[in-house]
Amino acid sequence: MIISTIAFYLFAAMTIASAFMVISAKNPVHSVLYLILAFFNSAALFVLLGAEFIAMILVVVYVGAVAVLFLFVVMMLDINFAELRQGFLQYLPIGGLIGLILLIELILVVSGWALSPEAIQVGSQVSPVVSDLTNTEQLGHIIYTDYAYLFQIAGMILLVAMIGAIVLTNRSRPGVRKQNIARQVYRRPEDSMAVRKVEPGQGV
Amino acid sequence: MEIGLAHYLTVSAILLTLGIFGIFLNRKNVIVILMSIELMLLAVNINLVAFSAYLGNLVGQVFALFILTVAAGEAAIGLAILVVYFRNRGTIAVEDIHHMKG
Repeated sequence: MIISTIAFYLFAAMTIASAFMVISAKNPVHSVLYLILAFFNSAALFVLLGAEFIAMILVVVYVGAVAVLFLFVVMMLDINFAELRQGFLQYLPIGGLIGLILLIELILVVSGWALSPEAIQVGSQVSPVVSDLTNTEQLGHIIYTDYAYLFQIAGMILLVAMIGAIVLTNRSRPGVRKQNIARQVYRRPEDSMAVRKVEPGQGV
Repeated sequence: MEIGLAHYLTVSAILLTLGIFGIFLNRKNVIVILMSIELMLLAVNINLVAFSAYLGNLVGQVFALFILTVAAGEAAIGLAILVVYFRNRGTIAVEDIHHMKG
């Protein structure tokens, strides 16, 4: 019990510290690296909560795809980042004020909130956690029976996002020589070859 | 000391606040704004998974999965728009975007 408590505080502190570094780092590459650290630590928090599948998906999707995409874009674009940071201190007071107000509101909500014992029973009646199955198996049972349509819609969202990203970034550059297979196939020997009779000693 | 639901909710509240704070702090840099949005979505995911674990109800984790999907799509589309914008204008400053007129 004491080990899980220590682990929770360690991972929570690391998550919050790296999230703070994401928004305050000077170099956006460092921001992305701290974002990866925040994702890893929150995946560890999910493991502590017993949600192993979500934790692994978080590592695979966020660290493996989204963070690498951010890193790729940050390094691909040639941007003067020092210029973009000019208003940093100018927006600090208003941003800090709004953040503080929001945090106080959230703390008031969390501290003034209590869970009735009946709610836990009602919640576990909807889809009870069967203890002899792993977390991944239980999630699979729920997704493929109760939420099959939403699962399909999630796949459609990913497809639309993929097509949208390709269409947005695709461009036809002039002056690029590409292979035209149809022209190659339609080419006949008569069009491209000529037999010449060369007289001896005269040349073509 | 037992780690309860309130601990996880506090962590997620702080993360959400940091995300909103980051949007205000880095108003010129779209990349960091997108990263702040990812942080806010992560806070929402922590909330959903914590409630799901403490209520003994797996539906919260299913919705965390869907939020993950939407976040991945949003990051892809956002970065694609960013790349197109940079290609056309040579900068990613947010303040210049209102020059597009419509």
